[in-house]
Amino acid sequence: MSFNNFIQNLLNGISIGSLYALIAVGYTMVYGILKLINFAHGDVFMMAVYFCFYAVTLFTVPWWLSVIIAVAGAALLGFLIDRVAYKPIRNAPRISALITAIGVSFFLESLAVVLFSGVAKSFRKVFPSFLGEMIIIGGEEQVKYGQNVIVGGTRIPVITIITIITTAAVLLILWRIVYHTKQGMAMRAVSMDIPTTSLMGVNVNNIIGMTFALGSALAGIGGILWAIRYPQLWPYMGFLPGIKAFIAAILGGIGSIFGAVVGGLILGVLEIMIVGFFPSLAGYKDAFAFLILIVVLSVKPSGLMGQKEIKKV
Amino acid sequence: MIKLNKKTQFFLTIIFIAVIILLLFTAKENLNSYIVRIITLIGIYGIMSVSLNLINGVSGVLSLGHAGFIAVGAYISSLLTMSIYQKEAIFIIQKVIWPFNSIEMPFLFATIIGGIVAAIFAFLVGWPSLRLSGDYFAITTLGFAEIIRILALNLTSVTNGALGLKSIPSYTNIWWAWGWLLVTVIVIASYVNGTFGRALRAIREDKIAAASMGINVYKHQLITFVLGGFFAGISGSLYAHWLTTIDPRTNTIGIMLTFNILIMVLIGGLGSISGAIIGAGLFAILSEVLRFFEEPIKIFNFEIAGISGMRMLIFSALFVLIMILRPKGILGRKEITWNNVFSLFHRKGDK
Amino acid sequence: MKKILIVLLICVVSISSFATIKLAALMPMTGSVAAFGRMIYNGIELANELFPTVNGEEIEVVLLDNKSDKVEAVNTARRAIEVENVVAILGEVISGNTIAGGAVAEESKVPMVSPSSTTPLVTQDKEYVSRVCFSDPFQGLAAAILAYEIMGLDNTAIFIDVEQDYAVGFANYFKQKAEDLGKNYFYEYYKSGDQDFTAQISDAIAKNAGAFFIPGYYQEIALIASQARQLGFYEPILAGDGAAVPETIEIGGDAVNNLYFTTHYDPGAPNTTENAKLFVEKYTEKFGEAPGTFTALGFDTYMVVRDAIERAGSSDPEMIAKAIRETVEFPGATGFITIDENGDAIKSVAIVKIEDGEFVYSTTVNP
Repeated sequence: MSFNNFIQNLLNGISIGSLYALIAVGYTMVYGILKLINFAHGDVFMMAVYFCFYAVTLFTVPWWLSVIIAVAGAALLGFLIDRVAYKPIRNAPRISALITAIGVSFFLESLAVVLFSGVAKSFRKVFPSFLGEMIIIGGEEQVKYGQNVIVGGTRIPVITIITIITTAAVLLILWRIVYHTKQGMAMRAVSMDIPTTSLMGVNVNNIIGMTFALGSALAGIGGILWAIRYPQLWPYMGFLPGIKAFIAAILGGIGSIFGAVVGGLILGVLEIMIVGFFPSLAGYKDAFAFLILIVVLSVKPSGLMGQKEIKKV
Repeated sequence: MIKLNKKTQFFLTIIFIAVIILLLFTAKENLNSYIVRIITLIGIYGIMSVSLNLINGVSGVLSLGHAGFIAVGAYISSLLTMSIYQKEAIFIIQKVIWPFNSIEMPFLFATIIGGIVAAIFAFLVGWPSLRLSGDYFAITTLGFAEIIRILALNLTSVTNGALGLKSIPSYTNIWWAWGWLLVTVIVIASYVNGTFGRALRAIREDKIAAASMGINVYKHQLITFVLGGFFAGISGSLYAHWLTTIDPRTNTIGIMLTFNILIMVLIGGLGSISGAIIGAGLFAILSEVLRFFEEPIKIFNFEIAGISGMRMLIFSALFVLIMILRPKGILGRKEITWNNVFSLFHRKGDK
Repeated sequence: MKKILIVLLICVVSISSFATIKLAALMPMTGSVAAFGRMIYNGIELANELFPTVNGEEIEVVLLDNKSDKVEAVNTARRAIEVENVVAILGEVISGNTIAGGAVAEESKVPMVSPSSTTPLVTQDKEYVSRVCFSDPFQGLAAAILAYEIMGLDNTAIFIDVEQDYAVGFANYFKQKAEDLGKNYFYEYYKSGDQDFTAQISDAIAKNAGAFFIPGYYQEIALIASQARQLGFYEPILAGDGAAVPETIEIGGDAVNNLYFTTHYDPGAPNTTENAKLFVEKYTEKFGEAPGTFTALGFDTYMVVRDAIERAGSSDPEMIAKAIRETVEFPGATGFITIDENGDAIKSVAIVKIEDGEFVYSTTVNP
């Protein structure tokens, strides 16, 4: 791999990794509190993109407003999912909660199929076109097929830079919320001990609802950035990124927000690099994500940044 | 609560099995083959859900890798039963490797071998991952199942890659499916009710307490996992010979299949064998019956076009609703046993 | 009370008004390949509206969705034959599911005609399963002729979707022809559902690829094309009939300009049949846009089966199956269709280019 390619791949990996991180944070926050793998999280991601798409194409709102609508819609959806599906079964066995999550995921996908049809839609033209441009460093000008073009050089999509900056900013805000507000303190308390927190006069259900809303809003932002980068949307688009983000969350140590970010970045960069260095193994790409996970878990069962769980008898 | 003695119970079970056989026989003779095929599918789904229930409901670990073992059983057994000529004809990209290029064997042996190989895979998967706790185990098994699927996609000389296998002889009929279901239920029920099963239930309720009672948690769970894997392999073989073709797509042998089986187990009640079979039946029947909602409705001469996808929407909504209203499934951990059945009648009689 | 009775009576009458010949359309209307199912079904519906009768009897098409799923493909085929009592099946769309449903049709001796399954395994050793499209060996050959002979390219990077039987088979036949011609090629791999191909593309550029050949489906073709252009790949990109849907242009945008692909049909091709003109006219009237390849194939599937029923002069499935295989030079929307004794359609391959966001007919490769 040439140096140019290496830089290109690295930046790509970091930007995909930051998208994984944005989704993974939602997984990890919910898991930290409820010990629930929220399988529907990837579908919230998908729904947010559809909200954004229809806000622009059907209601012709400006794109920046559509982002706000989509993120708010995702937050509301996450909150509703918790209220309708998860709250009634808080005390049921954990496996029932997990299966319910799978059911909710099915439901959202089927709903999207019925409402938006199962055919892939184009996300191009929803956002201003400069987001699809490239920054080219170096390279030489040549004439190819009657056009002046630049050959070679290091090429970085504008959206890559925007993704990395947005993710950093959003995570900074999240960190402020979790560690420097009362609600954030309540969230951390709930994640440690629900009964005690509720004895302290905290409305646990509201805090859980808020966690869902916050996590879903992040997934919504991730979804929109994802769709700008890969401009197609369809009802099953949340599945694979959802699984990958979940792997990232476990990789980093589930329950830890910082871990989710680290896990996302590692996964994103490794995925691209493996294909970059060994192109013939590209068909096994998704297997590598799982293989990395299994290796990390067998060496450090609580993930890279996770705290070791001590079970009291 | 009535307690029947063992002899009566055994006698009743024999009669019950005879009645089932008679019912299946009548169904086979009188109903059209579409319905018979669905009944056969229920038998296959039954084996899948009973074996997953053994792992998830009885031993108390959550496996999301069932489809992987089903895939192993399906591929191995199909490669063994297909005629050598067929294998030559369909492996158009790379030739099939030894020993599959020179073997052809009867369905029963192929199925058992498929089960054994699936059990070996289950051992290889369970050996490292059962050391992990709870959700980590769930996610590693999911990972292993996906790795098995991706291997099936890429190992063209064994699996024919994405082209999949076709022209698998359609051996699976109502008798094979329900016969194997019977075997599965008998083996798993006696396993669960024996000493081993008691230990398992102790582990499910409290791992640490069970360990301190001297139960080797890891060993018990591994054996259960391998047994579950074996029957998953058997069901895989039946599944492949029912479909007559398999390919490594997500819908066919991937995570969607695991999720579907989980739904069956959960609808019936986690930890209940009879529940698992009821769940399998409901799942297979509902998938077909709900088709009604996608048909165009004709009122006078106005036709309201059917909406594709309604079926899955209703199905998933129904499923979430069941989980909210009865989080432990229809039966919970209860079994339908003769004692329960008679108690039910007795109570009714009292009123 | 009387009123209710009358209403009921009308209902009953309106439901069971004619003696009909029933056909089933087994389509993936939801799930991963729903796009193809919907387009093909539009074609079948249009054909049914234009030619609703045969031998004086009405033709009814029953639509059965199979969620792009294999178990459902088998169940719907069973259901069509046993419950709906159809005399012939139109479908399935993707090869894997046609193979699954085809086994049922073969066993029940009911003819099945696939609009679009191109893998050779579909009709292999089958008497009742046929198709109105060409098969992959020929399409692979045509694509290789296009790349190496017509366009004079060399050192092609073949992007294989390892998850799709269609892509694996198609690529294989392309490769064979490339070897016959003594030309160079190399493989890059991906899997359906992948979104990022930058690593593979960078690798292919580093290996000085003279062209990309992507024998996959439109979602990935559009993404690979746009990422390739972003990474500074200016050589031609080629694809197969998986690109022949408007979504390729919608998702790919400017990046798919100058993309060439092999396909079954293009409205701009010369020597069109009467049916082709009728099809384009009526489709444009109904939907307000030009028809796509897969819609035309759906139209032809219905037309070929209807023609076979007419020639058989009976609604006996076995006679229809025989008549389908005796189809010679039937004037369909995609051109003249001849079905050989193996059940494969012998048809020419149209080559279409995308220019300024439009499909433009380029040339035809004959068998």
